[in-house]
Amino acid sequence: MNFREQYIAFKTIVRKEIARYLRIWTQTLLPSAITMSLYFVIFGTLIGSRIGNMGGFSYMEFVVPGLIMMAIVTNSYSNVVSSFFGSKFSHAVEELLVSPASNVVILMGYVVGGVSRGILVALVVTLVSLFFTRLNIHSYVIVVGVVLMTSTLFALAGFINAVYANSFDDISIIPTFVLTPLIYLGGVFYSMDLLPHFWANVSKLNPLVYVVNAFRYGVLGVSDVSLPVALAMITFFTVLAFAYCMYLLNSGKRLRQ
Amino acid sequence: MIPALSIEHLSKIYENGFEALKGISLTVQQGDFFALLGPNGAGKSTTIGIICSLVSKSGGQVSVFDIDIDKDFPAAKRHIGIVPQEFNFNQFEKPLDIVINQAGYYGLPQKTARQRAEHYLRELGLWDQRKVQSRMLSGGMKRRLMIARALVHEPRLLILDEPTAGVDIEMRRSMWEFLQQINHQGTTIILTTHYLEEAEALCRHIAIINHGEIVENTSMKSLLRQLRRETFVLDCVEDLPDRVTIDEFTARRVDCHTLEVDVEKGQHVNDVFAALDRQGIHISSMRNRANRLEEMFVKLVEGAS
Repeated sequence: MNFREQYIAFKTIVRKEIARYLRIWTQTLLPSAITMSLYFVIFGTLIGSRIGNMGGFSYMEFVVPGLIMMAIVTNSYSNVVSSFFGSKFSHAVEELLVSPASNVVILMGYVVGGVSRGILVALVVTLVSLFFTRLNIHSYVIVVGVVLMTSTLFALAGFINAVYANSFDDISIIPTFVLTPLIYLGGVFYSMDLLPHFWANVSKLNPLVYVVNAFRYGVLGVSDVSLPVALAMITFFTVLAFAYCMYLLNSGKRLRQ
Repeated sequence: MIPALSIEHLSKIYENGFEALKGISLTVQQGDFFALLGPNGAGKSTTIGIICSLVSKSGGQVSVFDIDIDKDFPAAKRHIGIVPQEFNFNQFEKPLDIVINQAGYYGLPQKTARQRAEHYLRELGLWDQRKVQSRMLSGGMKRRLMIARALVHEPRLLILDEPTAGVDIEMRRSMWEFLQQINHQGTTIILTTHYLEEAEALCRHIAIINHGEIVENTSMKSLLRQLRRETFVLDCVEDLPDRVTIDEFTARRVDCHTLEVDVEKGQHVNDVFAALDRQGIHISSMRNRANRLEEMFVKLVEGAS
């Protein structure tokens, strides 16, 4: 297949992925808007008013970037994991595996589908947040860059989960027992300055710390970790996840017999 | 002429140690209608899986229209259309979307994809169902949907793994007609089936695989020539006597108008007619009793075991 044909194959996968999550928007787009509204009301307005300032901003301003990032992470991850595992489970993935579409096209098709859902939900959550606070973006370049990198990273992670999953239970284990705790401990609701020195250092092993702080820097201009370090860590994990996804596809592990 | 498919010393050992293929070799010529038969677990689906990249081989060589799959699998894949045994499409998607998307995976532009999807869905009688969820289709319709999907990129080699399993007789006959039509238009077809009459009716060449080895690979005609005995069922015009005897033939009275006669190799059916005519018995119609290929198949598979 030449480049143009590979591009058509890529577009087909992306279009199919977008059509899938738009078709079931009540399961894919709406829940994040509702959940985040509740977070804004409970943590931002009710509890936040008693907490006072954090990192030099009102608590509501402080948590908004973290909550937007939380929506991006969970949605880009769950879109790829549920869609690709669903295809594997129904054997519909064979439609792609028997075709001449290259492995990188297959991977990027699913990833871009997940990224697009992450961005769409982020826009919805941002619009909801405007009912509660004002957002003065510090750097649009960093905001857009971090959103793209983070959604790509977690879409890739969702792909790895889908390849290894044997049942629908397996695709909820990682989000429930790994992703959600890492998000909550990643500084969405608090500044690292509040942690004792030891736990602040332990937190630096959590990739979500870099994601949340890099995004918070883009929005508010403050971060608990250095921005270059955060961007380097996100890039490192993204390259690692991409390489592992390509290894899985090229070796056919758990996809071909 | 370059063969459509060339398999040499193909072997497959699964991770659990099961040796599914023991170095089989096979050639399918362009334009052929080829039957690959064998009992369950013989290695048919493994062979097909390797050809279309769903199973990785342990050894040997596979070439599709002279393209070695080890050297350029994507180029080889463009020539292959596959209709698998199990339904392998998203049951929540619509038939039209399934076929158009498949065309996209092969790099066909949207306009061409839509035209071809319409053409094949119409040909296979699915156009009226193009916008219903695929899970609502009957079993026969789902099989035809997989054929439409396999043909949308217009492959030169179509592989069908038990395409008529669970399909009613009328539907099966219409699928046979469609397959014969595209074969006449130049598409090489490889078919696996459990309905041996299907292979006999459609295929010109046949390979029988058992325990991962090819036990027969010949033309359908020469295989059937090996049969030593055929049983014919004769429908008689007059009431038959209680006992019917035909010199040198074994005859059995089934009911008052039906007679079964065994004809051994070297004997002539004309002699049966002549003998019955002498007895004042006239024949209105005649057919084979047993599936001839089935008899041969059982003999070959049992012989190999």
